[in-house]
Parts: sequence; C-alpha cells; structure tokens
Amino acid sequence: MMINRILWIVMLVAGLTAPFFAYPVFVMDLLCFALFACAFNLLLGYVGLLSFGHAAFFGAAAYITGYVIKAWGFPPLLGIVTGAAFSMVLGVAFGYLAIRRQGIYFAMITLALAQIIYFMALQMPFTGGENGLQGIPRGELFGFINLNDSLTMYYFVFAIFLTGFCIIYRTIHSPFGEVLQAIRENEARALSLGYDVDRFKLQAFVISATMAGLAGATKAVVFQFAALTNAHWQTSGEVILMTLVGGLGTVFGPVVGALAVGSLSHELGSFGSWVQVILGTIFVICVLTFRRGIVGELERIFSKR
Amino acid sequence: MSTQVIMAQALLGLNVGVFYAMLSLGLAVIFGLLNIINFAHGAMYMLGAFIALIGYSMLEEWFGISMEIGFWPSLIVAPLFVGILGVIIERTMLKRLYELDHIYGLLLTFGITLILQGLFSNYFNVSGTPYPGQPESLSGVLNLGFMYFPTYRLFAIVFSIVVCFATWYVIEHTRLGSRLRAGVENPQLTQAFGLNVPLMITLTFGFGCALAGLAGVLAAPIYSVSPLMGADLIIVVFAVVVIGGMGSIMGAILSGLALGLVEGLTKVIYPPAASTVIFFLMVLVLLFRPAGLFGKEK
Repeated sequence: MMINRILWIVMLVAGLTAPFFAYPVFVMDLLCFALFACAFNLLLGYVGLLSFGHAAFFGAAAYITGYVIKAWGFPPLLGIVTGAAFSMVLGVAFGYLAIRRQGIYFAMITLALAQIIYFMALQMPFTGGENGLQGIPRGELFGFINLNDSLTMYYFVFAIFLTGFCIIYRTIHSPFGEVLQAIRENEARALSLGYDVDRFKLQAFVISATMAGLAGATKAVVFQFAALTNAHWQTSGEVILMTLVGGLGTVFGPVVGALAVGSLSHELGSFGSWVQVILGTIFVICVLTFRRGIVGELERIFSKR
Repeated sequence: MSTQVIMAQALLGLNVGVFYAMLSLGLAVIFGLLNIINFAHGAMYMLGAFIALIGYSMLEEWFGISMEIGFWPSLIVAPLFVGILGVIIERTMLKRLYELDHIYGLLLTFGITLILQGLFSNYFNVSGTPYPGQPESLSGVLNLGFMYFPTYRLFAIVFSIVVCFATWYVIEHTRLGSRLRAGVENPQLTQAFGLNVPLMITLTFGFGCALAGLAGVLAAPIYSVSPLMGADLIIVVFAVVVIGGMGSIMGAILSGLALGLVEGLTKVIYPPAASTVIFFLMVLVLLFRPAGLFGKEK
C-alpha cells in the first residue's frame, strides 16, 4: 500500500535525524513505548486478544535487565536479551493460562496475572521496592562502544527498535500472520479449517510478550533505572491508549500513537493529575468516535482515491 | 497461634469479603444483561466513599451550603448519585457500543476510571482522608463472647450480607427478577413480549453502579477515603469473578465472601502472600476448572 511505503520512509528519516532536533533521551523513551505498543498491537490488532497485563512483561524485563547488568556485570546487549528472554518465559506461562478463556475474561485474567508481577516487584529484595532498581550502568556495547554518550545510545536504541519492529512486521505479513487474522475474524471457522487455534494464540502471545520485554529492557538501560510504574496496570492502560489513538490493527499505528500520547503526556507534565483526566477523556473519545485511529483514518482516505 | 488471633483475622477477612461480594455481585448483574465488564466499578466504589465524605464535611466549604449529610442518609444519597451517574454513562456512551466487540465497553469504562480517578486526585490526598462521620451508635467494640470486635465492622458485614442476599432474592425469586433473567436469556424474544429491554439494561447498569457506591459508603469509615481505593480493589474483584465464574448471582456472592476469608487467613499464616493469594488461586482455578467454580462451560 502507498501509505505504508510513505510511513516507512518517514519513520526511517525521522528516526535517523531525531536526536539532532529533539532531546535524545526523550526520543529514546518514545521509541521504547513505540515498540511496546507495536508488540501489544500484534495481539489486539491482529489476533483480537485484549491483554490488560502487558506492563508485566515490560516491567519485569526492565528489572531483570537492570539486575543482571548491575549485579552480575552483564554487557548491555546481553542484559537486554536476558530481560527479553525472561519476558518470553513469562509470556509462555501467562499465555498458557489466559488463552483458556476468551474475550473479556482474557483481559481480566491478564490484568490479574500482571498484578502478581507488580506485587513481586514491590516486595522482592532485589527490586528496591517503591524506589525501583536504580544506578544501572549503561556500559559498553561489544566491549568498545561507550553507551554513556547519548547520541551513541540513541542509535543503539533505534537499532533495537527497528529489529523489534521488523520482527513484528514479518510476523504480521507471513502465512502465520494470516492465520492469526483469520482467528481474529472468525475463531470457530479457523478451528474448523483445521488450525490449532490455541497454539497460534499462544505463539502470538509469546512473541508479543518478548517484544514488550525487549522494549522494557531497553528502557531500563536508557534511564539506568527500572521503575515500579513500568509494571503498574496504568502502564498497561497507556499502551492500549497509544495503540488505539494510532490505529488498531495497522502496522504503523502504534508508533504514531506512542509518539502522540508520549509527547502529549510530556507536554502536559506540569498539570499533575489533570494529565490522567485528559488521557481518560481521549480514551473515551477514541472508543466512541475515533476507533480507526490516526493511521486507520489515513489508510481509509488514501484507499478512497 | 491462638484461636482468637485466627478468629479475629477471619472476621477481618470476612469484612473485606463483603466488599468483594458486593462489587462482584454488581459486576455479575451488569455482565449478565450488558455482556460488558465495567472497569469503572472500582471508580464507582471510590465515588460512593467520596460522596459520603464530601457530604459530611465539605458541603459548606465547597458549595456554601451549611448542612451535613450524616452516615445514615449517605447510605441512600451516595448510591443514588452513583446510580444516576451510571444511568447517564449508559445512556450517553455505552449504548453506542453494544453492536461492537465487547472489549470496547471495557476500554470505555477504563477511560472513565482514569477521568474520575484523576479528578479526585486533584483535590484529595492520594494516601487517603479519614471519614469522620462514623455514627456514635456504632463506635466502640462488641463482646462476641470469644473475642472483642469493632461494632462498626460487624455492622458493615451484616448490612452488606443482607443487601447481597436481598439482591439475590429479587433476581431469583420475584416477578421483576424473572423478567430480568428473561432479558439475559434472550433479549429479542423478551422485547417481543412487550418488555422494555433497553430500559431494563439502563436501570440494571445504574443498579450495579449503585451497589458499588453503597459498598464505598460502608468502606469509608473503615479504610481512609482515597482516589486510588477503587482501582486497587477492582483488579482483585476481577480475579474473584474469574474464580467464581459470572454464571450465577449466588456464585458471585459466595466466592467474594470466601476469598475475603482466605485473604484474611493468609495474613496470619504468611503475610507477604496476602496481597497475591487470590491471584494465585485464580491460576489454580484456571488450570483445573477454567470456567470458574460456579460457571457453566460454554
């Protein structure tokens, strides 16, 4: 599609030049959330499963990455991979339980399971409780590239984002992805055609959890800090909002949504609790009148021509 | 460990359990007819507590009305307010989503939760404000023979259980309830018989919200009133609902009470697990009886 090609180019150009006209750490934060939202969108947008507990993967990976880098002296890349791998294992466990129920129950189960992770993050000895895990060194990539330089760090994060994005892109545009969409459209029919629906759902869930973990792990290295809020249900809500605003079930929607919601929260930072009121209002408006999201609307306009 | 400690914790657990029961009952009633999960249920509970608090101590300061609404009138006023808000939400917003996937209802009510929570966080301390209006007649402790227990808490337990069972009785054993159940079973057919199903849906949603508001008023004198009190509770109630299964009204009540007890006893046996024990039980139920203890396999 035309629009997708344009968005690819815009994303690459913007991603490569962003640190020259915006504060790099802020853009890195946006990139982490963009990858997180893409991972979430893989489930809700392409399989029709609403996970209300994705913050668990995002937050847990951040803690694990922070811990192995800080306490065991892992190099940054290996630390991030370890964090993502942990989220993968967690994804297998949560996915196995959650796909036993459908629809709204699926959302409630994932939310409740994520709450276990939240309480563990609050109570376990190594997590730093409400203060979070602080002082994670950024270290040196491959042993010689110093990541303390924010520009270097930025391109490292952008590379991780692109890797994750491409994995999700390939997943969607593969025969596997086609089956996922068939399940979303009509689960009973997909089942009757002989597809092992539960296995496909679980695989998609695990990929999504791993990518959410990758995003969370990267965020921990960027900020040198694994925060408790990363694992809070409100973060799960935020990622849903990003996906919704950008466009559910579109490839670039979550990226656009993360940019929009992330910048908005940043701009409104001085308003305190009003941010929540504003985000809630956007949520309500999106659900009621703007269900296609930004990219969804763009696609509709372009396809009319 | 003495029996007294265990009994005390069991009663305290039951105290939490009645709130679980009232909230999961409301969720189940709403789910039965609307097929949506009301995420804002926790916010409605919080709102109930805040209406009691504002009515008691802030009317003069905020609105210049020199009047105070005591605890007893609050038991009527707060649920009424919350119920009306529920009706407005259903009429203006939820109604538009019935044709869509039910997850949109959940997302909408999540947005409403954020709005309400954010609004109250602006004016009230997140760590909580104590409710000063606990009636004189319910203060102090009661001698139960084997132990002493705060009178108010005992009142909250008995009152909530009465409300829960009254709701159950109305739904299962009255003419009004039979119509409601017909609406759950087959809305089109019920409508064809001349019953106003959309009105039933609106009132049911309002009633479910009112129950949550009532629970909030009852909770106000026990826990301090905080903008976050509902959000923390509602996630546990979701787990309660998954464990019980939303198939039956009685199931929602019983699993709420039982899980409150379990949580209370866990506080004695192994305190760190108290905040997560219900979630772990949910995992067990999902493994061995995915439809829930009282749910029907579809």
